[in-house]
Formats: sequence, structure tokens, C-alpha cells
Amino acid sequence: MTLWLVLAVNSITFGGLLFLLSAGFSLIFGLMRIPNLTHGSLFMLGAYFGATFIGGYLALHFDFWIAALLAALLVAAFGAVVERLLLRQLPGQPLAQVLVTLGISFMAADFCLLVWGGDPINVATPAHLAGFVRAGPAVFPLYRLAVIVIAMVIALALWLLLDRTRLGAMIRAGVDDPDMARVVGIRVSQLFTIVFALGSGLAAFAGIIGAPILSVYPGLDQDMLPLALVVVILGGSGSLLGSFVGSIIVGFIYNFGQALFPELAYFVLFMPMLLVLLLRPQGLFGRFVP
Amino acid sequence: MTPLRLIALAIAALALATLPYWMSGIYYVNVASQILFFAVFALGLNVLAGYGGLVSLGHAALFGISAYATGYILQAGFGHTVAIIGALVVGVAAMALYAVLSLRSTGIGFIMITLALGEILWGLAYRWISVTNGDNGINLHGRPAPFGIELTTATAFYYTTLVVFALAVVMVAIFVRSPLGAALKGTRDQPRRMNALGYHVWAIRFWACLFSGLLTSLSGILFVYYTQFISPQTLALTSSAEVLLMVISGGAGTLLGPIVGAGLVVIVKSVVSGFLERWNFLLGAIFVAIVILMPEGLVPGTARLWRLAWRRARGGGAPS
Repeated sequence: MTLWLVLAVNSITFGGLLFLLSAGFSLIFGLMRIPNLTHGSLFMLGAYFGATFIGGYLALHFDFWIAALLAALLVAAFGAVVERLLLRQLPGQPLAQVLVTLGISFMAADFCLLVWGGDPINVATPAHLAGFVRAGPAVFPLYRLAVIVIAMVIALALWLLLDRTRLGAMIRAGVDDPDMARVVGIRVSQLFTIVFALGSGLAAFAGIIGAPILSVYPGLDQDMLPLALVVVILGGSGSLLGSFVGSIIVGFIYNFGQALFPELAYFVLFMPMLLVLLLRPQGLFGRFVP
Repeated sequence: MTPLRLIALAIAALALATLPYWMSGIYYVNVASQILFFAVFALGLNVLAGYGGLVSLGHAALFGISAYATGYILQAGFGHTVAIIGALVVGVAAMALYAVLSLRSTGIGFIMITLALGEILWGLAYRWISVTNGDNGINLHGRPAPFGIELTTATAFYYTTLVVFALAVVMVAIFVRSPLGAALKGTRDQPRRMNALGYHVWAIRFWACLFSGLLTSLSGILFVYYTQFISPQTLALTSSAEVLLMVISGGAGTLLGPIVGAGLVVIVKSVVSGFLERWNFLLGAIFVAIVILMPEGLVPGTARLWRLAWRRARGGGAPS
């Protein structure tokens, strides 16, 4: 019973991280109609930059949260540059855009290997969250609970942004019908840059707050990208609720799959995605069929 | 075919046939073998991605499944003939399953489903350790000896690969000129009109998938006999992306393009990596540069620049 409880909490924590990663992926996919194959690299870049800021850079030591914010801003700026300079060159060619994101992910992976080497970097849990919480016989690390809270807060903020602000209304309009949104005077191409930067920043933030749990290593990008893909296909692209529900489902499938059928973990993970693709191609809460 | 092309083809064929005699060192002969079997792989993907407009990001898993099948059948104690035929059957059957699942959609949807299928197969190879031996992979012992010719030397293996490669080129050339090939290009450009004309779009795409699967299996078998080893890394997304890079960089939808692309990628991977550690970065940069600067690929792109320069040199009228 205790095992199940611990597994459940771990699943929700992992689901929270996945939500931060996949919310941006889903919005980018919804708006620009491209699966952004750099998303795993953005997660990894965030983790590496964050780890460097925490570990000290040019005699500067940053607090965990400041480092996380800095890394997120840096990667958000990188995302904006990629969108402006590269994807912008290929309007209306989704295939070419996918290929460019794939090429950038190769370059990012090699860049990380060059700068930070092949050894995994362990990031210490922030000191004030290093404790444990006891609930009966089960013991939960405080940090994992904090990650759940952070993910919830960001989910709420994103929901308010999308549902209550003018910018959010424009993004939703762009997702539902980009051509009609242009006709009514929304500058959809400007939204592309904003959403790409936002998604990149969120992925990087997920990378660094996930670092004390997952650690940072070469290949992290390849581990995370398929998960984001599964979440978005399950939940449906362009839908925040879809990413949220999808992330929690995938968090559970992943953790319980690893524990119960370690040999078939990936199979268990990808089967539901395949079923959704075949039976309900728009995903559980999707706004359109890719 | 113009005389100029015929001469170029004859020179290329002669150069390939005599390669082990003028290429110094076993290493480079081996690199040439790699280029040739990866070219067969790229030709296979090109049938779908180039002529069919169906971009698969899970093709390395099909390549890998044939390689694993070869390994298993040999381990079970059967001979090389059974192994090769069995691996072809397994590869084409896997492709048929792939096709049934992924041909429900086209465009980005097709990419996502093939990506998912590729990841499933990779995940099985990687984690189902009791069956696949996980990351340690499967080792092969020995190469086949068709008609009593041992393929243990680099040169002998090179010629075997060259024969399969030539066969693949001829098969693709015939396919492209056949009614089925023409219909496939029709379904790529105007699927609805093809449907209205009475063509069975799904069936045309399905047959193209099977043909692509056959070439992919052939190259997978050559690969596993070449390396004598197969591990999950071969099935990973990076491998699928690499073969797609071969097709796109050379020129999708052309016969020569994937071959040039295979040469480019293999040379960057195995030769440039010898003196430049950051070859993966270079590969990514080439990818981005080609997509942005020469989206049609090296072969059609160079041909276009060449025609432009030719016209300029002759002082002719404005390029059409």
C-alpha cells in the first residue's frame, strides 16, 4: 500500500514536470502546426544552464530559483531567435520546419556534450526543500511535493493567460482558425514568436526544476521529447486541459509501468498513444486533427 | 537519356566497379560499402518520402527489425539463406503493419504515427532485455558465402553490397517509370483528383510502402552482416532522422539524390569524425542549411544553379 502511495506521488510529480514541458509543445503544435522536435533539447539546455548558474559561473553563485528563472529566460530568448531567424524563413512549409527543428536538436545535443562533457551532473535539492513529509508509514520528499505545487500554480497562471487576457484570446483564435484570425487583424506571425518563446522558457524551467529528480545528462533530450509527444497526442494539441490531463496520465503510466513491467515500460507508454491516434486522432481534448 | 548523362553513368559505374583497386586502404573500401548500403536504405525511404509525399520518421526501426530478425534466425541455428529470406519476410510484414496503422493520415499525422511506431520498436529493443539483450545487443558470427565466395574480406563484401545496390537502383528506376510509380506521384500531388479519377489512393500508397519496406530490409540485412552486431541504437529516432537527412539533403523524389545524400552523411559521420570531434553538430548544421538554402536538395539544387550559370554564360534571355 505504501509503495502504491509513493508511486502515485512520484507519478503526479513527474506529471507536473511533463505538463510544464508539454504545455508549450502543445501550444506551438496547435498554433504553428509543427511538432517542435527541439523541445527535448530546450528542456536539456534549461537543465544544463540552470546547473551551471547554481554551480557558480564567473565567481557568481545563484540561488536555485533565480538560476531557474535565468535559465528559462535565456532559453526563451533562444527560442525566439530560432523562430525569428529560421522557422520564419519557411512560412507555410510544415515539413521543412520540422526538419529544421530536428537539425537544431542535433546541434544542441552536440553543443551540450562539448560544453558540459559526458558525465551526468547532479543538482542538489534547494536547502529549504530538502526535508521529508511523513504521512502514516509513507515518507515523501518535500521537494517532490513542491514541484507539484509549482506545476499547479503555473497551470493556473497559463489558464488565466489563455482564458482571461486579450493575448490569450488571440492565441486561441490562432489555434482554432489561423486564416480567419489573420482576416480579423490578429498578427498571427507575431503570436508564433511569443508562443515559441513562452514554450521554450517553460520547457527550460521544467528542465531545471526537474534536475534534482532526474539529474542532467547527455541524452536527456531524447528521453523527454517522446514523452512530450505522447502527452500531446493523448491530450490533444493546442489544448491546455489536454496537456494537463495527458501529463498526469503519462506520469502514472510511466511510473507504474517502470515499476510493474520494467521490460515493457516503453511499450506500455506508447500503446495508449497509438490507440488514441487510431481511434480518436484529435486526442482526448484536441481542437483539431493534425 | 542524353549522351552526356550516359557517359556520366558509365564513368560512375566503372569507378564503383573498380573502387577497391584505386582506393587505398581497407578502411575506405569499408566506408564505400557503408555508403552503398545506406544508399539502399535512403532509396527505400525516398520511395515514400520523395515519390509518395509520406515522410516516415520511424524507418530506422524497420531497418533494425530486419537486422534483429537476421540475428535471431542465425542464433536459432538456421543457415544464412533462411536468415536472409526470413529477415526480408519479417521486414516487409512489419512494414505492412506500419502501413495499415499510419496510412490513416498523411502529412504531419503520418510523421507522428511513424515516429510513435518507431519509438515503440526502439523501446522494445532497448528494454525487453530478456528477449533482445537490451543495450548489449546481439552479435553475429560469420558472413554468408554465396556460390562459395567467402565475404570475410572488405573487398568481397564491397562487391556484394555493390550488386545489391545496383539491383536496388534498377528496381527503383523501373518502379518510378511504372504505372504504379506514376500513380504514386499523382497521389502525392493531387490525392483528391486521383481518387476522383478512380484510383485507389490507399492501395497505391500501401504497395509503395511494401516496396519501401523491401529495400529497407535489404539494407538492414547488409548492415547487420557488415557490423556483425545490432543494438537498439540502430532503431533510435536519431537513426531515422539521419536517413531522412540523406533523402532530403540529396534531393527527395530524385533517383540520384538519396545516393548523394547517403555519401554525404556517411562521409561526415565516419571520415570527418576522424579529425573533427563535433561532427554531430556539423550534421545538424548541414541539415538546417540545406533545408533553408537549398530546400529541393543538393542534386536538383546544383542542377538548377548549373542551368542558371549556363544561361548567364551564354548571355541568353531571362531564366524562365
